[in-house]
Amino acid sequence: MPKNPNVKKVMVIGSGPIVIGQAAEFDYAGTQACRSLKEEGIEVVLVNSNPATIMTDRDIADKVYIEPLTTKVLEQIIEKEQPDSILPTLGGQAGLNLGMELEESGFLASHNVRLLGTTAATIRKAEDRQEFKDTMERIGEPCAASLVVENVEDGVAFTNTIGYPVVLRPAYTLGGSGGGIAHNQLELEEILENGLRLSRVGQVLVERCIAGWKEIEYEVMRDGAGNCITVCNMENIDPVGVHTGDSIVVAPSQTLSDKEYQMLRTSALNIISELNITGGCNVQFALHPTSFEYCVIEVNPRVSRSSALASKATGYPIAKVAAKIALGYTLDEIKNAITGKTYASFEPTLDYCVVKMPRLPFDKFLTAKRTLTTQMKATGEVMSICTNFEGALMKAIRSLEQHVDSLRSYDFSALDSEALLRRMQKVDDQRIYVIAEALRKGIDYNTIYEITKIDRWFIDKIAILVEMEHALETQPLSLELLKEAKRLEFPDSVIARLAGMEESAVKQMRDANHVTASFKMVDTCAAEFEASTPYYYSCYDGVNEAVETNPPKKVLVLGSGPIRIGQGIEFDYCSVHATWAFSKAGYETIIVNNNPETVSTDFDIADKLYFEPLTPEDVENIVNIEKPDGAVVQFGGQTAIKLTESLMKMGVPILGTKAEDVDAAEDRELFDKILEETQIPRAAGGTVYTAEEAKEVANRLGYPVLVRPSYVLGGQGMQIAISDEEIEEFMEIINRIAQDHPILVDKYLQGKELEVDAVCDGTDILIPGIMEHIERTGVHSGDSISVYPAHTITPQVKETIAEYTRRLAKALHVKGLINIQFIAVGEKVFVIEVNPRSSRTVPYISKVTGIPIVDLATEVIIGKTIRELGYEPGLQREAEYVAVKMPVFSFEKIRGAEISLGPEMKSTGECLGIAKTFNEALYKAFLGAGIDLPKHKRMIITVKDADKGEAIEIGRRFSKLGYTIYATRSTAKALNDAGVKANKVNKLQQESPTVMDLILGHKIDLVIDTPTQGRDKSRDGFLIRRTSIETGVNCITALDTAKALATSLENKNDNPLTLVNIAEL
Amino acid sequence: MKAFLILEDGTVFEGIQIGADREVVSEIVFNTSMAGYLEVLTDPSYAGQAVCMTYPLIGNYGVCKDDMESKKPWPDGFIVRELSRNFSNFRADFSIQQFLEENNVPGIAGIDTRALTKLLREKGTMNGMITTDAHYKLDEVLPKLKAYTTGKVVEKVTCKEKYEIKGSSDLSENGAISGRARFVPTDYEAGKRERKPSLVKALNGAGMQVALLDFGMKDNIAYSLKIRGCNVSVYPATTPASEIITANPDGIMLSNGPGDPKECAAIIEEIKKLYNTEIPIFAICLGHQLMALATGADTYKMKYGHRGGNHPVKDLATGRVYISSQNHGYVVDMDRLDPGVATPAFVNVNDGTNEGLNYTGKNIFTVQFHPEACCGPQDSGFLFDRFIDMMKDAKAEVTR
Repeated sequence: MPKNPNVKKVMVIGSGPIVIGQAAEFDYAGTQACRSLKEEGIEVVLVNSNPATIMTDRDIADKVYIEPLTTKVLEQIIEKEQPDSILPTLGGQAGLNLGMELEESGFLASHNVRLLGTTAATIRKAEDRQEFKDTMERIGEPCAASLVVENVEDGVAFTNTIGYPVVLRPAYTLGGSGGGIAHNQLELEEILENGLRLSRVGQVLVERCIAGWKEIEYEVMRDGAGNCITVCNMENIDPVGVHTGDSIVVAPSQTLSDKEYQMLRTSALNIISELNITGGCNVQFALHPTSFEYCVIEVNPRVSRSSALASKATGYPIAKVAAKIALGYTLDEIKNAITGKTYASFEPTLDYCVVKMPRLPFDKFLTAKRTLTTQMKATGEVMSICTNFEGALMKAIRSLEQHVDSLRSYDFSALDSEALLRRMQKVDDQRIYVIAEALRKGIDYNTIYEITKIDRWFIDKIAILVEMEHALETQPLSLELLKEAKRLEFPDSVIARLAGMEESAVKQMRDANHVTASFKMVDTCAAEFEASTPYYYSCYDGVNEAVETNPPKKVLVLGSGPIRIGQGIEFDYCSVHATWAFSKAGYETIIVNNNPETVSTDFDIADKLYFEPLTPEDVENIVNIEKPDGAVVQFGGQTAIKLTESLMKMGVPILGTKAEDVDAAEDRELFDKILEETQIPRAAGGTVYTAEEAKEVANRLGYPVLVRPSYVLGGQGMQIAISDEEIEEFMEIINRIAQDHPILVDKYLQGKELEVDAVCDGTDILIPGIMEHIERTGVHSGDSISVYPAHTITPQVKETIAEYTRRLAKALHVKGLINIQFIAVGEKVFVIEVNPRSSRTVPYISKVTGIPIVDLATEVIIGKTIRELGYEPGLQREAEYVAVKMPVFSFEKIRGAEISLGPEMKSTGECLGIAKTFNEALYKAFLGAGIDLPKHKRMIITVKDADKGEAIEIGRRFSKLGYTIYATRSTAKALNDAGVKANKVNKLQQESPTVMDLILGHKIDLVIDTPTQGRDKSRDGFLIRRTSIETGVNCITALDTAKALATSLENKNDNPLTLVNIAEL
Repeated sequence: MKAFLILEDGTVFEGIQIGADREVVSEIVFNTSMAGYLEVLTDPSYAGQAVCMTYPLIGNYGVCKDDMESKKPWPDGFIVRELSRNFSNFRADFSIQQFLEENNVPGIAGIDTRALTKLLREKGTMNGMITTDAHYKLDEVLPKLKAYTTGKVVEKVTCKEKYEIKGSSDLSENGAISGRARFVPTDYEAGKRERKPSLVKALNGAGMQVALLDFGMKDNIAYSLKIRGCNVSVYPATTPASEIITANPDGIMLSNGPGDPKECAAIIEEIKKLYNTEIPIFAICLGHQLMALATGADTYKMKYGHRGGNHPVKDLATGRVYISSQNHGYVVDMDRLDPGVATPAFVNVNDGTNEGLNYTGKNIFTVQFHPEACCGPQDSGFLFDRFIDMMKDAKAEVTR
């Protein structure tokens, strides 16, 4: 079927800010889809509130709206742009829900807009639990049997028909409390009775327990003519019970025979056909480990995180093909871009093994529960490819950048067998290391299997790695042993450590014996057809097939690895743009990265893609083959920067700012010298290694002080300390990980925080604009609301900032990007930190000002001057628009995480509000972040003593807005004394109703709770904040944020928003 | 022990010996299926060939005897990158190592199978030798390799005597419907194992009598008929047409099998006679090629054939594309078809080669791919139902 000629203008809905469970994969999918649509000559209108994405670039879509993703806004855009179609299946669940709402309200029909791809009826069938179950039953596909019961007898009777064990889930209880698994009638009666009592509506869901079954996924494609294929299947190493996003996943499945493989494949095709899905779809199964019984867990009628993974694992571009299918093409009409010979209507076959590991944020949330459940917690993931499973696992581990490089990276050797088995019961991110230790202690596979339900095949593979560790420790390092260790992807550093040698000696032994990595191609077809796409992975047991190229100029672009808090999608944006800019300048481009969710790892972004860990050894393997003329590290965040020294040792010139200058910005003493030379003030401080030294410096400066490790991103480990005890506590936490560099202790200054990104060509400097943070210093810049242009500082301060930026960039010999954070206390400006590299705010400021910063920086790196590029150096004229960047958090996903804001970054994503006026931009930003008030016009205020004065003003403003205020005793007194009416509520430990009851009553819009200084020691405040988040109540922990929200509400009106097409700026 | 794979172009791969310790010369082919190595090993169409699996990790789920497509492995040799030292599957009976050893199949592991595959893709299928003799002399080995042909292999693999398979009279005989198979631990321990799950939801072919000519049949062809209710008589490849015609079956199936179809001159003569009857015929793979040769068409050897579970075939009547299981090195020449005799019914989407024929004015259709799957996708299993419907229609025609 050829393309539908009636489709000429399509609106694509993005997925909004990055949150856990909805991350960079949708930028990848959306970008691929938009390019695919434009290729077909279709006009693309893109809507996404997330400015850090590549999809919101003016060269990706024709019209770009960085606007809040609400139905109202989308309706307005549809009325303005009049697209003939919308494509909602590429923007995750958020995009899909919006598309459905527009369809169901009749808006699309009345505006003659068609929903492309899968129909609304299909989406309903897949998403509605009951309809889905009924559909599955009709076609004979089994789901886990379940029933809602209201008494114990019904529960017992039902369980008798489905068999034990069963999972019990009381309806409407917080975080699943009162539920559990019953293995027999006694347990069932007990849990059921309790659950029925706890449930607000007296209902408990009784469900067949499939925990411990194998979790298998299929990625399926189907076109309008009914042709369907499976792109890939994947096996979760962790059995059912852990969200697939948090599981270690392998592709293809390893422990299924063809009978099981085909049984589930056929089922997946039956399901997608019955649901009448057109496009991409993900089907998840639970497969009984010792029978052919299976259950359909879930179907996602859209591209998903798993489909991004499947795309990268196989080379099959799912989003691109889904977009073509949406236009009416059939699978056999779409060419396979990798081979150029075959078509999209074939199934990729792999001749390698792929392992995905989640990047979990427990290093950021120390108080959070590490337990992995059906609620996803990972912020990102890494993927690795190798010819064997062990190697792929080893590569994935070292790609995580969490100070892990082998199965010994978490030490459980102190636990005896009994303690190990107990520890193994805990399903968390460290379990694989516990299993390895159990194997070291000689615990047998069956015991491990019985506890973990991890298939014995995987346990055996872990055992092979453990045996290799042992061999390296106990045997002399023979050539045979070395070769085998490398085949299993043991890095030289680990081999050296185990064998008691120097890493350089291992390297020498390898070089002398030609034990080198070779590269194999990902070609979708296991070499059956010739492929022309240079998408490579390394292995140690094969001949090299990376094609030698000798272009005039060749550049290595180092990516930013897994998405984590503090190093998000922004750096992928920068890497991709830099790659494109180099390409335009005639360079052959090579990307190295290991993140399957990103645009940068799409095979047609750079001339060559190496899907590899970003460690010095892995990068050196690539350098040896490619011999690039230079490498750029300034776009890939800290991941890439960390590789600078190693690259120089390999003889690869660093393009742009020199390594020693990067060092000078990070090294306290060198930097102090530069500040002295340039006469720029900073907060007084010192460098320390021990708690004793830290206390000494702190007392000299006077509390409060900022404590932080150097060379970190996102303020990891940064804290404000107010006492010697806190210093001790923080130093202990920081020093848990061996620090290569000293720890910084600075005087804490309270003032306005300001930020600039600039491009320097060595002589001139271009400053697109100055951003101002709403929150005062002390809140990490990534978690602050940021406003461009800076709106409350004087022209004099702006001039000072521009001047300081100029001086610093010149002193650091910056060639390319520089990011600087300042504090303004009155008219006086202090520098906080300087990063001679790309930053989180680069995409945002580029989009608002229309100045393509990364492209300019790349040109400058290549040798052009700012003037040659057509720009007048200096601080650029302010744009006509105000842009407000709002942080977005995922606290509800991580149980036990402290939500109060501080110097350590906690947000997972951001959205942008852009408008002619500050007030409208601010309103849009709050709306985009999902803070849409009022609903009940009731709020709770509970603040620490020091904040009471400011809290009164805030209370007065909300009171004027019609809010009923509830407050704990002392806050209520302060408010009432000042004439702001506040209802006193009891504290937690007092009698009911307490503040907690109020929150749990679901009638509160907002909680303002400022934690006591430093790490909040009060359990009360913590509980209030957690409960608010978990019940969906907005909780604000910084008074500045509360003030901004009041401003936004005061200026709210019913006028339609003014829409801004970024592409026209 | 070290082992060597020597190719006819002089390339030598060094690996480790697996399976039987025995030297073998054969035609080297590759299969791209990611699961289903046992089905590949027990597919008689591989007689006279040594198979290289492109998927690197083989043996993970051991050998589940239930999954064998014939009574023994047929390839002359087995070539893998890595043979799993341990296996894990609830149905596994023993390891693949044991299976190869017990059945005297030699093999080699630890070689770069991707490099081998690329070589075969670029140079075409080659002959080769698997040996553990480190002192091999290329100048002696290479002429031997060049001289090798698979020859008349059908006679080696076909059944010696006719046998009967009774069609299922009740769906429960087919084992559990896919996905519903319940695990009862006591049954399993008692040896009452689950059969493979069945996709069939109705006994469409109840009472039908099918004559199945075994040229090297995969068991699942007969089983696919049986679970639909058909009674199947399996005949040796050399059975005279007259014997089959006399038995008066409702339909005839020509099975898959190994080797060059043109080696089967005598069989082709018999198939001509079957063609001239009014009995509905459905043929798969070698059977499809033999029917084409019997009716004046031609076949040729492909550069490196189609072996795997991911080949798209397009039904020219409907435009629908199905993913199919394939194993063939020869193909019917589409340019030399007489439309008065046969027209293409299916083509391969990748390379446009013929994947099936409809015989003009006859109740005959044939396919190059494997609707019986095993290993591979089950998408085209409906063709068995199409055959059953054809038999029913023909029967209705006769009674009318």
